[in-house]
Amino acid sequence: MASLSPPLRVCRGILKELRAIQGPSYKQSLAYNYVMEQFRKNKVTGERYCRAQLEAHHDSHTYLCLLMSTRSHLVLHNLYHSKGERSPEEVAGLVGLRMPTQPGGKGWEK
Amino acid sequence: MFRSLVRLQGALGNTLSLTTVCPRSQFVLKYSTATAERKKFYQDVSISQAENGLYEVNLDRRKLKTPGGKLFTVPNEALAIAVATEWDTQRDTLKFYTMHLTTLCNTALDNPTQRNKDQMINAALKFLETDTVCYRVDEPDGLVDLQKNEWDPVLHWIEKRYNVTIGSSSSILGPEIPEATKDTFRQHLNSYNFWSLTGLEYVITQLKSVVLSLGIIDRHLNVEQAVLLSRLEEEYQIRCWGNVEWAHDYDMYELRARAAAGTLFVHLTSESSTVKRKLMQD
Repeated sequence: MASLSPPLRVCRGILKELRAIQGPSYKQSLAYNYVMEQFRKNKVTGERYCRAQLEAHHDSHTYLCLLMSTRSHLVLHNLYHSKGERSPEEVAGLVGLRMPTQPGGKGWEK
Repeated sequence: MFRSLVRLQGALGNTLSLTTVCPRSQFVLKYSTATAERKKFYQDVSISQAENGLYEVNLDRRKLKTPGGKLFTVPNEALAIAVATEWDTQRDTLKFYTMHLTTLCNTALDNPTQRNKDQMINAALKFLETDTVCYRVDEPDGLVDLQKNEWDPVLHWIEKRYNVTIGSSSSILGPEIPEATKDTFRQHLNSYNFWSLTGLEYVITQLKSVVLSLGIIDRHLNVEQAVLLSRLEEEYQIRCWGNVEWAHDYDMYELRARAAAGTLFVHLTSESSTVKRKLMQD
């Protein structure tokens, strides 16, 4: 069995992610109510070994991973990749060079 | 035009051939290109259950449709809520490359490549012949040990779980996978329905490994572990040469998100939940 963090932590993790993506009104969202309901439903109610509970735990962990990774990926995307490629001028500037301002410099002579 | 096609493939995986099959390809291209984000055109997202028991997603008062023009329907409430959440969390623009579950549902509904189950199973099993965890290196020693220590336990687990032989090899041809092994997996994959198979194939193509994919689907591994194992060589190189956030982390989070979405999709579309209530004694 995969090692998973305890259900309570997963639950709080999901709620934290939901708040991060949905803003302060996240408690009215469908996902919030569904997640809370599922976690309440799958609480241990007896001594019986419950496979469904482990499944729910794994699924919730997977969902948390989905939310977290999507958010982190989007942050990195916005930071590094959202603007497309840098212009030649910018690239040259990165290494302390400048593009020739007008034809006639080095490389233009016949 | 060509470049946007390539991007589309990157964003949607095997939904690409939609553009050749579907007559409304122009619209599809605009709708789902990763770079061309669309303006958000709705405020409220809700779900509703239709008479046939399927769940629909509503944007304001309109029903969500697939790129192929079909009505967007999913088999259970959990998936509908997860999809609705993806639409609900979009801010000013719709970023389709962050909506993995929606993409998977669209693929399953539209079946853009027009394949049947057998074709999908064969495509998935192709990855077994070149499975990531079966290919080993001879050098450097550090990586050899790492692969042995990390991959062998998963390989042993799956061999025991399905009672098959897979083995590993460091030759370029890879290990010789017996026909019996493939038959066992073929039979096993056949027990999944079309939707789950769509998700499963997605996970396999992302992780480039049947072994690791079944590892998460069977809940032996969690997503983070499977992604780590899938990127083992890269992780080794990172340890030697350092981590580059805009390439390594970027890829890792994307892979995690995709693998998690695929796994969740398989679990949500294959389960049949039963609720057993304790009798109240009072």
